[in-house]
Amino acid sequence: MEKVQMAILNDFEYYRPIDSDRLLNLLAEYKDRASLLAGGTDLIVQMEDGITAPDAVIDLKGIRQLRTLEFSNNRLFIGALVTFTDLIESAEIREQFPVFWESSRTVASVGIRNRATIVGNICSAVPSLDSGPPLLCLEAEVLVRSTNGQRTVPVDSWFLGPRKTALKDNEYVEGISIEMPLKRFGGSYVKLGRYRGEDLAQAGVGVYAFDEREYRIAFCALAPVPARAKKIESLLNGKEITDTLISEAIKLLPQEISPITDIRATKEYRMHVTGVMLERGLKAALSRRDGEGPEYSVSLM
Amino acid sequence: MSTGEEKKMKKRIEFTLNGMKREIEVEPTDILLDVLRDRLGVKSPKYGCGRGDCGSCTIFLNGRSVRSCIILAVEADAADIQTLEGIPEEKLQHLQESFIGHSSFQCGFCTPGMVISAVELLEKTPHPSEEEVKESLAGNLCRCTGYTPIIDAVLDASKRG
Repeated sequence: MEKVQMAILNDFEYYRPIDSDRLLNLLAEYKDRASLLAGGTDLIVQMEDGITAPDAVIDLKGIRQLRTLEFSNNRLFIGALVTFTDLIESAEIREQFPVFWESSRTVASVGIRNRATIVGNICSAVPSLDSGPPLLCLEAEVLVRSTNGQRTVPVDSWFLGPRKTALKDNEYVEGISIEMPLKRFGGSYVKLGRYRGEDLAQAGVGVYAFDEREYRIAFCALAPVPARAKKIESLLNGKEITDTLISEAIKLLPQEISPITDIRATKEYRMHVTGVMLERGLKAALSRRDGEGPEYSVSLM
Repeated sequence: MSTGEEKKMKKRIEFTLNGMKREIEVEPTDILLDVLRDRLGVKSPKYGCGRGDCGSCTIFLNGRSVRSCIILAVEADAADIQTLEGIPEEKLQHLQESFIGHSSFQCGFCTPGMVISAVELLEKTPHPSEEEVKESLAGNLCRCTGYTPIIDAVLDASKRG
């Protein structure tokens, strides 16, 4: 029978370990010839495209502990199997981490969010990942395990390049740990897509405005990796936000980002629109901090 | 189905499909959508884009709508799967009547996915706003109707329910 539709052409063994030890043994055996599978929304497509051709696919869904989504002692833990829908449906996330909640709601569509995981998102590490800006602003930590034990990677040194992370062949990500900010804050995640549902960000801007005039800003889809905008933050920190100050911040953008031209937008457009998004994002963050402004998840674009 | 030699181990999987226990042997590379359609004869999920973008392959997996074109069949071991065929009449009636009343489909290719997404929405949010309907259907593409009659049908069904 002729098959016109795509298929996975390379053969692989499928494993579904039920605990960490077995998983680590498999990683030791297969090393860089193994792919870890959680939601599969990136991996399966990559295998069909032939970009990834592992000898072994190791499904994490047999390891129950990785499903943990927990908020205790002012710290949030997001296990490797927590999906975007799990996060969005958590009342605690909505209240305590509204920017992360807001950005998660912009990821693809319901049917993808029901399956795709946050940890998978940072492991795929595409430059446009919507989880990037809030995780960077929250200074999240990635908890990584190998036979040598656990190590912690700050999220700002996690992303090494497009689809490249600090994860080594013998390691897997257990989860992401985030400390709840102690100061009062408001924030925003502003995403520019061409339409809703399934579209990747052409540009993404995350903003946190804390009390005592402290600001954190991060971008995605505007450089090879998502990153904090440290120069803009230094300019703003300690100052009251005015229109003049915002114009000065926008002038720093070419030092912070290096957008490219691709099928979704030109670099010139991305550079320009990021200034508009930064202004709207900052203003929304400030007004939300003071209990005003548009509700979280109302699009600012 | 497979190309090349079959050197990797086949897996026997078991799952519930529309309320019935099914057991089947699959290769690790088999895609769930292909197994459902070509081997188990369930035809409501359709092959559209094959990359999770269009929503025509939507099914319920353990109670949540997912894209069956980007799931391995082996991942479905022990799962509970529901396709449009298995959704009880009482959950569908208002939506079906409303889809017919609003002429919400022409070729019908997207309809099973649209209906599953709508069923999921109405279970979580029985009286959604237009914005919520649009958001819940944003990942289901329709190339015939221009969406408006589909959105109207879901809103209308939510008022009947």
